[in-house]
Amino acid sequence: MTTVQTGIQPISTSRRVKDRVVQALVYLAFAIAVVPLLSVLWLVVKNGLARFDLEFLTHSMRNIGARDAGGGAYHAIIGTLEQVLLASLIAVPIGLLTAVYLVEYGAGGRLARWISFFVDVMTGVPSVVSGLFVLAFWVLALGMPFSGFAGAMALSILMMPVVVRSAEEMLRLVPNDLREASYALGVPKWRTIVKVVLPTAFTGIVTGVMLAVARVAGETAPLLLTVFFTDSINNDPFSGPQMGLPLYVFDQAGRPTDTAIDRAWTGALTLILIVMLLNLVARLIAWWRSPAKRG
Amino acid sequence: MRRSAFRRSRGDVPFRVASIGAGIVLLAIMAAIGVFLVVKAIPALQANTSNFLTEKIWTPNATEPKFGIAALAFGTVLGSFLALIIATPVAIGVALFISHYAPRRLAAVLGYVVDLLAAVPSVVYGLWGVAFLVPFMRGPSEFLNTYFAWIPLFGGDQVVGKSMLTASIVLAIMILPIIAAISREVFLQAPKMQEEAALALGATRWEMIRMSVLPFGRPGIISAAMLGLGRAMGETIAVALILPATFGISFQILGPNGNSIAANIANGFGEATTIGRGALIASGLVLFLITLVVNMGARLIIARRKEFARAA
Amino acid sequence: MAKQIEVAGLDAYYGAHKAIEDITMTIEPRTVTAFIGPSGCGKSTFLRTLNRMHEVVPGARVEGKVRLEDQDLYGPDVDPVSVRRTIGMVFQRPNPFPTMSIYDNVAAGLRLNGRFSRSELDGIVESSLKGANLWNEVKDRLNKPGSGLSGGQQQRLCIARAIAVRPQVLLMDEPCSALDPISTLAIEDLISSLKQDYTIVIVTHNMQQAARVSDKTAFFNLAGQGQPGKLIEMDDTSRIFTNPGQKATEDYITGRFG
Ligand SMILES: Nc1ncnc2c1ncn2[C@@H]1O[C@H](COP(=O)(O)OP(=O)(O)OP(=O)(O)O)[C@@H](O)[C@H]1O
Ligand SMILES: [Mg+2]
Repeated sequence: MTTVQTGIQPISTSRRVKDRVVQALVYLAFAIAVVPLLSVLWLVVKNGLARFDLEFLTHSMRNIGARDAGGGAYHAIIGTLEQVLLASLIAVPIGLLTAVYLVEYGAGGRLARWISFFVDVMTGVPSVVSGLFVLAFWVLALGMPFSGFAGAMALSILMMPVVVRSAEEMLRLVPNDLREASYALGVPKWRTIVKVVLPTAFTGIVTGVMLAVARVAGETAPLLLTVFFTDSINNDPFSGPQMGLPLYVFDQAGRPTDTAIDRAWTGALTLILIVMLLNLVARLIAWWRSPAKRG
Repeated sequence: MRRSAFRRSRGDVPFRVASIGAGIVLLAIMAAIGVFLVVKAIPALQANTSNFLTEKIWTPNATEPKFGIAALAFGTVLGSFLALIIATPVAIGVALFISHYAPRRLAAVLGYVVDLLAAVPSVVYGLWGVAFLVPFMRGPSEFLNTYFAWIPLFGGDQVVGKSMLTASIVLAIMILPIIAAISREVFLQAPKMQEEAALALGATRWEMIRMSVLPFGRPGIISAAMLGLGRAMGETIAVALILPATFGISFQILGPNGNSIAANIANGFGEATTIGRGALIASGLVLFLITLVVNMGARLIIARRKEFARAA
Repeated sequence: MAKQIEVAGLDAYYGAHKAIEDITMTIEPRTVTAFIGPSGCGKSTFLRTLNRMHEVVPGARVEGKVRLEDQDLYGPDVDPVSVRRTIGMVFQRPNPFPTMSIYDNVAAGLRLNGRFSRSELDGIVESSLKGANLWNEVKDRLNKPGSGLSGGQQQRLCIARAIAVRPQVLLMDEPCSALDPISTLAIEDLISSLKQDYTIVIVTHNMQQAARVSDKTAFFNLAGQGQPGKLIEMDDTSRIFTNPGQKATEDYITGRFG
């Protein structure tokens, strides 16, 4: 007994057990989180590969009856690519310039604080609400038709805050010395921003944009309300209903036949491949940008 | 007016104006969202023959339009709270695993895996939900109903796969990566000094986390959970594919009950008439307001925390 | 309860980088031992190997022996948690738990280790705060957060927290470096009085402080850039400061260093 009192006292069993139990729970939590991911990926690959063929990638659903096999998502893939590209064309300039304003011009001012606050609010806008807004504004108020462009507008609302936040973060990382060195040479502010600040932050901004693109490429709800549906190829995003890959999956998943479910899985596989590819490219750019981190 | 030698460069003004302009466009969009939703909702609300706030039925396309938000808002709140209750503990565990348990090398990789979870489009989770989880959940739901029916949530005579519980699980899976990612960042920022203080007192790893990491991270966890809640409330497609789309208020989450504002928009849009569309827009406005409140709450907590961190 | 520490052939690494090499020394019970030496020579690293805090840094490891009386601290079935419970530590920057009250800060270690009645806790908290010369300043605001105290008070709070669990050894890493002269004196007085019950090891850059408070002094030095730090000599403080055995020690103490 006396040795216990004077030597290194082992901690009580209950404390040790509690520590172990928590450790087990933490490991378990991680396993629980990964299981659905594995299950999703496994089922998407397994079920998706069945129809992942040339016909799927090159044909639309035109003239495919309710129970027919065959058909593809070409029209949806084209639609998604066009819509996402248009959305980026709208969101990236606005987002980037807003970030420039927040970091370079507005810093700390009242307007900048309001904008910053509403960027946060915008981040939380549910995607279905952005779709409803474009529906109310573009289709119902202005009387414009459903179109890929309307969908792109809805997507761009979802992209903007993401672009602003990531660009802002990157611009803030640009050291002030660089700006001051440029001012000291008599270079005006705007040229400093264009020639020094933006190029320095460029890869970081590209990464942010790619992640934003990856996020909206999978959005379904806004498309549903703005692009509507079509089974045919429509290459023109400015006139008439288009299709989008997420919408295609939703549409096919809601049909009661096995052939449709097969197409839904393959559509999901294609969608995941596109999104993962975008993510991968974004991460590669980020990795390539920071050689220091590789060590 | 004399031209100063120090006049502004010619490009400066346009560039400055463009960047302010972009910011103002952003504000204008936010304002426009509110305005146009209200404007397009009003005619439908006027045509409504019942109380929008208390009515449970949704028949805006009928000749005598009758629709209300009660059942939908109830379903939205119930489903997303269930999702939050399921997701938050797991997400905190995942975040702790990455920040304090996994070996350093592994932790970086696992962080990517969690981000990958977030990158899976919601429609894919929806598809997985209908095709896999709905049939899968029948067994466990029967079990809960048989042995735990004394808990009101698990009661009821009917047990189905397409239930509130299944939808909540899918929602939980979808918001888990968001909550986990934010919590992880917060835990990683916990001051090493206090962690070492706890360890030097002879704290085990868990006691160290309880003494120094969790108190530091609490505001971060709360705001992460609220952001997750906002996301769950707005989630549309996965829920539209899974929920049975009924118009009632019931706490029995194993039965064929449940709907949500967002899911109802997705399901009802196809056959909506003008009044129907207006009604859906009105419901979207309610969703917008609810998520706005939740998100602003989360942001407020984060902002307070920033001040606290600066003061410390 | 004070105990002797014996170190033999100790190396410590951060990943592949060897920070200290081949350190052998005996630290006597109921004495104050001061570690001095130029910045980066591994004083903190060595101190942290004595209560197994070193291995808390990812990738860090230790080779060699550390014995507390007859127990090997790095023995295969020794739990580092219980080592740290037995050998307390005070850090360079005061680090009270910011969300806890003054009272809870002092009681934090006790609450880990077992059940105490409220009155027992009250007694230990009071005696620890008195031991740390802080009681009179805080006795009216025990329930206020510890982060509201001044830097010197916070440091004494950390000392109270460390002695509340009745450790056998107290390690202090530059405990006064962030403090004003008056708080420094208060802590030096405290160290002198704690010496009756504890084995104390203190790292300091302040020669006068080492001379004032310590009985033994160990001088560490680097052989060169990127080389591991080594123990140059260790002796009675009076001897180190009047008649050191090594030229390097003398140069360092007289400020003719480098
Ligand atoms: N966490 C760490 N990771 C990697 N290397 C470290 C770490 N801490 C210290 N080192 C390195 O170990 C060596 C010894 O550092 P240590 O902090 O022990 O020196 P010190 O004598 O306490 O210096 P000072 O008087 O400045 O506190 C230094 O070369 C340092 O760069
Ligand atoms: Mg040091």
